[in-house]
Amino acid sequence: MIPSSFTYKRAGSAEEACDLAAEYGEDAKYLAGGHSLLPLMKLRLAAPEVIIDLGGLRDLSYITDQGSHIAIGALTRHHDVEHSGLLAREIPLLAHAAGQVGDPQIRHRGTIGGSVAHADPASDLPAVFLALDATLVARGTDGSREIPIGEFFQGLFETVLEPEELLTEIRVPKPAVAGWSFQKFTQRAIDWAIVGVAVQGNQVALVNMGATPLRAATVEAALADGAAPADAAAHAADGTSAASDIRASREYREHLACVLVSRALTESRSRA
Amino acid sequence: MKVDLTVNGKEITADVEDRMLLVHFLRDVADLTATNIGCDTTSCGACTVLLDGESVKSCTVLAAQASGHQVTTVEGLASNGAMHPVQRAFHEQHGLQCGFCTPGMVMAIVSLLKENPHPTEEQVRTGLEGNLCRCTGYHNIVRAALAASEVSS
Repeated sequence: MIPSSFTYKRAGSAEEACDLAAEYGEDAKYLAGGHSLLPLMKLRLAAPEVIIDLGGLRDLSYITDQGSHIAIGALTRHHDVEHSGLLAREIPLLAHAAGQVGDPQIRHRGTIGGSVAHADPASDLPAVFLALDATLVARGTDGSREIPIGEFFQGLFETVLEPEELLTEIRVPKPAVAGWSFQKFTQRAIDWAIVGVAVQGNQVALVNMGATPLRAATVEAALADGAAPADAAAHAADGTSAASDIRASREYREHLACVLVSRALTESRSRA
Repeated sequence: MKVDLTVNGKEITADVEDRMLLVHFLRDVADLTATNIGCDTTSCGACTVLLDGESVKSCTVLAAQASGHQVTTVEGLASNGAMHPVQRAFHEQHGLQCGFCTPGMVMAIVSLLKENPHPTEEQVRTGLEGNLCRCTGYHNIVRAALAASEVSS
């Protein structure tokens, strides 16, 4: 399968990338690792006229300790997050979950910024960052802005980013409450999650239970009221809007969410 | 557009369509046809090659993205007519039947052993999650990977 024709541009800097995106507007798409976008282009589900390759922006690949939070460059690959000693120590949920994305080849190419900006609700990391209360930094032609992740996802593959805005950094606060778990249910090893759950302390986020990654607010409220994990997990499907598709019905996903949240809360407490 | 890749140590400059995939560049431009196209959807791993020494699925990389970088295909592993330890291990352990997945399996294992020279059997199995084989049931492929890790120790 071959994508439809496009013009390839390689950005030499974040500034140049934004300028190119501003010039071509909605006809252009940023390309990071390409492991979400290129498959869609090959299926002709996406057909941008201009591709702005960010692969040369090595200065946006870093993981640094900023005291209260860890700053991660948007072009940091899943492979580098998975093998980061700093993240293994400070935010093990993130290092572990990055190692569960796709397969080794995909993790050698895919980037965390690409995964978040793509906003596929079936992706693992958007929900992980949601559970961790991350802040996203986006650069536009007029400077940068910070976006709390809770305000970032607008719908299926939709975010608050303007066409020319480039996600440059993800800031992840060091967790205040220890204990974490990441659970994902798939039919085959490298599949997208049918349902996934990320837990950090008493914060619970769901993969693939609606058009965006979701916080399981009712579960969190029950935990705050002192409910046992199994009782709190029974509310995992509250407020969700999971789809029915070839892999699972909505009812099955709702059942899975309860099972996986229960397992995740149990595992999380065993690590606290 | 003009791209300039180093494939198996040899620099190849070519004028290609912007949308050309790396796997098509390798097969049709570089004339290196060992790298197979299987699923063409980033799932099966038959098209696995090394990009700057790390395994990638060449059906999901643009030739343009690889321009200026080093690519290694299975044709580039043997040196002076002697098989690479992973190739030899596949031969000795009967790590293939039809052979379609083999180039990708070999390259995935070369990358795996570079990152983790002495993996456990479980680490080999999870490390090969991105490569599908429909003949062998994986057992002899895993044996080959473990045998190659012994050789390199």
